[in-house]
Amino acid sequence: MTPQLGEAWVYLAASPLLGLTMTLLAYQGATWLHRRSGGHPLANPVLLAVAVLVALLALTGTSYQTYFDGAQFVHFLLGPATVALAIPLYAQFDRLRRMALPLLGALLVGSLTAALSAVAIGGLLGASEATQLSLAPKSVTTPIAMGIAERIGGLPSLTAILVIATGILGAMGASFIYRALKIEDDAVRGFALGIASHGIGTARAFQESEQAGAFAALAMGLNGLMTALLLPVVMPWVTG
Amino acid sequence: MIGAITLLLVFQLLGEVIARTLALPIPGPVIGMALLFAALALRGGPSADLRDTAQGLLQHLSLLFVPAGTGVMLHYQRLSDEWLPLAVSLLLSTALTIGLSALVLRLLIRRSAAPKDAS
Repeated sequence: MTPQLGEAWVYLAASPLLGLTMTLLAYQGATWLHRRSGGHPLANPVLLAVAVLVALLALTGTSYQTYFDGAQFVHFLLGPATVALAIPLYAQFDRLRRMALPLLGALLVGSLTAALSAVAIGGLLGASEATQLSLAPKSVTTPIAMGIAERIGGLPSLTAILVIATGILGAMGASFIYRALKIEDDAVRGFALGIASHGIGTARAFQESEQAGAFAALAMGLNGLMTALLLPVVMPWVTG
Repeated sequence: MIGAITLLLVFQLLGEVIARTLALPIPGPVIGMALLFAALALRGGPSADLRDTAQGLLQHLSLLFVPAGTGVMLHYQRLSDEWLPLAVSLLLSTALTIGLSALVLRLLIRRSAAPKDAS
């Protein structure tokens, strides 16, 4: 490296500009690929952007902490975006009211399935107890999931990764499952994806339709609530 | 747009304050969402400005998960030690949850939509 370039690197490594710009560039590239694929669910933008960023950070020897100093500005927008989900939700108010009981029934089944099947399969295949407990809240939106993991004895930062992986897997796989089961109602497609795959599933559902997105957002909020209430009671009984 | 962003942040702030003072297990933004929903129901819908801003933000919801997702690099060790149970558990459990929730919801909707047909 020339001395001038070295100086520029010293500046960039210490400023939030690089981490922020890299995040946006990686995302632009990922959405471009996603569009080029015709919106194919397997070309998931979160997965593509994360893969590019991890590779770049590893190549340049940049720590996650340094990167996050810049990327936190994007991360921060998760809060206001969550609040903004009230708007598409309101647009579906009438249908939500009519479907209240079926939605609650599906929520209870989905919430328990998401947590218990993950723990059971992990346990059968020999995952350590800390890993099993970190898996339990995997279908819940990141901030709630980390809080639950802490309460039941999992590792919150591992849970955050498992939550995001679950979101990506659900967003990638849902349309194949729906095709096999002949699920065509956008409300059902959105709600089930929101239960299993929280915000990333919701982002995917919005790409299908506004109605699917609204029901996914509702499911995400309700499943966060339901899991936060159920798991601290159920888990000690499951793990003995 | 600034007016709409201010409104979203005010509701998030209210949600955070409520979650923390009452020590609720639900995060502040989710409470903020519920409060904004209630406000919209009382007021009869969002303004055009709020609707456009929300749509702009939600269109790129995927972007907002990228920084947290990149945190995967902090867990190389555990992930390479336990990749098999983790991968199988995430894959099967997620597919099972989506399929089962969708089937149960479809069944319950059909039942409640046609109560007279049921014996």
